[in-house]
Amino acid sequence: MKFAVIVFPGSNCDLDMYHAIKDELGEEVEYVWHDETDLSKFDAILLPGGFSYGDYLRCGAMANQSNVMSEVVKAAEAGKPVLGICNGFQVLTEAGLLPGALLRNKNLKFMCRTVDLQVVNNETQFTSQYKKDEVIQIPIAHGEGNYYCDEETLASLKANNQIVFTYASENPNGSLEDIAGIVNEKGNVLGMMPHPERASNDIMGGTDGLALFKSIVKQWRETHVNHA
Amino acid sequence: MSIMLEPNAEQIKEQKLYAQMGMSDEEFEMVEKILGRLPNYTETGLFSVMWSEHCSYKNSKPVLRKFPTKGPQVLQGPGEGAGIVDIGDGQAVVFKMESHNHPSAIEPYQGAATGVGGIIRDVFSMGARPIALLNSLRFGELKTPRVKYLFEEVVAGIAGYGNCIGIPTVGGEIQFDDCYEGNPLVNAMCVGLINHEDIQKGIAAGEGNTVLYAGAKTGRDGIHGATFASEELTEASEEKRPAVQVGDPFMEKLLLEACLEVVKSDALIGIQDMGAAGLTSSSAEMASKAGHGVEMNLDFIPQRETNMTAYEMMLSESQERMLIVVKKGREEEIVKIFDKYGLDCVAVGVVTNDKMLRLIHNGEVVANVPADALAEDAPVYYKPSSVPAYYTEFQAMENVEPAVSDYKETLLNLLQQPTIASKEWVYDQYDYQVRTSTVVAPGSDAAVVRVRGTNKGLAMTTDCNSRYIYLDPVEGGKIAVAEAARNVVCSGAKPLAITDCLNFGNPENPEIFWQLDQSADGISAACLALDAPVIGGNVSLYNERSGVAVYPTPTIGLVGLVSDLAHVTTQSVKQAGDIMYMIGETKTEFGGSELQKFVEKRIFGKAPSIDLEVEAARQTALLLAITSGLVQSAHDLAEGGFAVALAEKAFGAKGLGVEVTISGSATTALFSESQSRFLVTVKAENAAKFEEILTDAVQIGTVTNTDKIIITTEDGTEWINGSVEEFRSAWKGAIPCLLKSEV
Repeated sequence: MKFAVIVFPGSNCDLDMYHAIKDELGEEVEYVWHDETDLSKFDAILLPGGFSYGDYLRCGAMANQSNVMSEVVKAAEAGKPVLGICNGFQVLTEAGLLPGALLRNKNLKFMCRTVDLQVVNNETQFTSQYKKDEVIQIPIAHGEGNYYCDEETLASLKANNQIVFTYASENPNGSLEDIAGIVNEKGNVLGMMPHPERASNDIMGGTDGLALFKSIVKQWRETHVNHA
Repeated sequence: MSIMLEPNAEQIKEQKLYAQMGMSDEEFEMVEKILGRLPNYTETGLFSVMWSEHCSYKNSKPVLRKFPTKGPQVLQGPGEGAGIVDIGDGQAVVFKMESHNHPSAIEPYQGAATGVGGIIRDVFSMGARPIALLNSLRFGELKTPRVKYLFEEVVAGIAGYGNCIGIPTVGGEIQFDDCYEGNPLVNAMCVGLINHEDIQKGIAAGEGNTVLYAGAKTGRDGIHGATFASEELTEASEEKRPAVQVGDPFMEKLLLEACLEVVKSDALIGIQDMGAAGLTSSSAEMASKAGHGVEMNLDFIPQRETNMTAYEMMLSESQERMLIVVKKGREEEIVKIFDKYGLDCVAVGVVTNDKMLRLIHNGEVVANVPADALAEDAPVYYKPSSVPAYYTEFQAMENVEPAVSDYKETLLNLLQQPTIASKEWVYDQYDYQVRTSTVVAPGSDAAVVRVRGTNKGLAMTTDCNSRYIYLDPVEGGKIAVAEAARNVVCSGAKPLAITDCLNFGNPENPEIFWQLDQSADGISAACLALDAPVIGGNVSLYNERSGVAVYPTPTIGLVGLVSDLAHVTTQSVKQAGDIMYMIGETKTEFGGSELQKFVEKRIFGKAPSIDLEVEAARQTALLLAITSGLVQSAHDLAEGGFAVALAEKAFGAKGLGVEVTISGSATTALFSESQSRFLVTVKAENAAKFEEILTDAVQIGTVTNTDKIIITTEDGTEWINGSVEEFRSAWKGAIPCLLKSEV
């Protein structure tokens, strides 16, 4: 399986994502610079955390104007798994691939800590290796992770079982309904504020994030075998 | 100022306009002699900024010469952007610490942010990949709105820059004392990794080679920043807010990635960041170090504003800029790399063989001065030194115990002193995990960052107890280095080298100069004893506000090598049943201690004493025990003494407690700040082997599963008994509580 890690100017978790896939998962992975116009050779697209374009405008707004984003949209439409973490989540909402927006944390400060996440939906291609309602520990590191959407959107997120992760013991940033990660209706685009790539090796203090990447690979292998 | 309005050379001399730029009459005469004529306005600016203390170290050079700077591990000592130490396997660690005190006192967010930006550039200009940031901060007591504002904004500025650029802020230290109220200290340290073959130097060599300017455009910000940093702060300093630069971490992230691609090119001759004194220092120093000259045409400098004069361009401290020298004819290769990142990279000059820094603007030569004279020939002053009266008085005092009645209450009080209290409120705002290599995050003795692709790690810390140094600069200087080394050893690493940031008051005052001179003696002695040479650093003098000097604060940044990540050790206790050992003797030593400050509301007397031979032997033995796999947790005893250290050991573990028995006078046993002491836990089955290595370790108790901290005497008297949670919440809540409380 071949992963793309999209690199926008100002991305800074690209290296972490790259090594999680290569060293911990043992899959193929390449960096893709923001002006690329062809993602057809990749099986999964990863949008890493960081501060694309400094986040001087709305977070993710400038990154959404990059050449590569029309290819990311195409990949999503084609049903390839697309995962946006932290700034990547913000980019996905800007691109309209996921509903809602990420506002400033309720305390108006950047926060870096490890939080408890509940796996609300383990029936996605990103979470099949977790148990339903399992509580996992994943680090967060963001200043604008306060998820917000209107009531109608929230109702449809719930109706379609699109809420994947919620903050379990404390809601650190003020997110609506403790939302930490959501998928699109089709279930192939996941955006989340916490960083599973930071919980993929014991040396970092935990491996709870690894099952997320393993879920992606498992799903891909199964469909790949079926289609072969 | 338009060039038409600039005063001419005669006016500069007659009206002593050079004095406004911080230059003395004697220095101006020296410039006149060097040039054989009067300097024009631009040239006067060049000399004044290059001969400022910040750039020339003219007042501190005689002191800096005392430091041991050599060792088989040292690949690059002081003099370049940052020092470099070998860590084996063809790799090296690059690190440096620098101050940004004055800008932070005036504009705390940008002052702190650009301090971080500057030190990162120093590291990547050597060709190294920055992998970690640390800091050392000093503020007044968290009582006034102004101090709270400075504290919150400095932390936000450090976070804003480091988080955005994607380098983890993994450690640091913060102390609070009244003397820093008007003049906070903001010292930032950056640690980088490099392969030996990629090491770069800031040199402009090879006649005819091309000088390139890369990065952000030049604006009018930060003009005379270095001169501003070399004066005392006063009420009028607020007017110098324009001398504070504004940082752009996104720009620096691009510049960093571009430069690390550039250093792989064999077209590159030299590279240096434009830090203090901007274009002037980078061009003059690169030329001087190479024994060459540089001619630059300022018309080509990318400019953010219109009608900038030569003076303004040369003295601007706009951030995120680099000066690069490449082989003639190969400019395009380098320009292309910067182009990929959307950065300006333009040819602005050539390397010459006449050793002059020559500047052309609008078709005219606007400055023509010897590069060496700017970079090397600043006068060196041997300042008079005198022993302060307070020192003589303090040395004559006996060591006495401050009066304490309730030991548990005292421990709770000490844990809430902001210098001791949990700094979680601070490091929660720093991304300490980005780059996924942080093995030990903030909150233990030293941070540990792995070297990806190897089984090695780097332990790093910043340290300085300035109260001890105020009371006794020699002993205090030794303690600063020893404590930094203790932190690194407790984490399982062997100390490699140090960087220092010498923050002092006005050196024209002989008593301040005495503090500087004496503390350098102490630091040097400890560096020799602990085999940790000084590989670079920075001097920040004139840290005074309205005539009140800060405590002498020579901050030590120390990096050590973890040879195998399996050796990484933290301060928290690990499992019930483990034996608690105390290492080191406790004497009645309260001069400069937290308890003395808390009870007496001032500090006085003798600083704790330190025997460097004992210290070195103990550190070596403890490291051997750790690397032999015999140690579960290790922590040094510092501010607040035994009781605070014991409580800290319990805070990081869930559901565990400690129960110990100690002897002697209660106040001394619990709260003295005697040096060279450690608390270590060891599995019962390893006790015998551990005691063979650490022959002076004493069993004092065990780790329990009771969630209690219990300290009793041999005859059964209970000195302290409380739940870990009670102590932890006091310790954790203190800083958030102080920030919220109304004045």
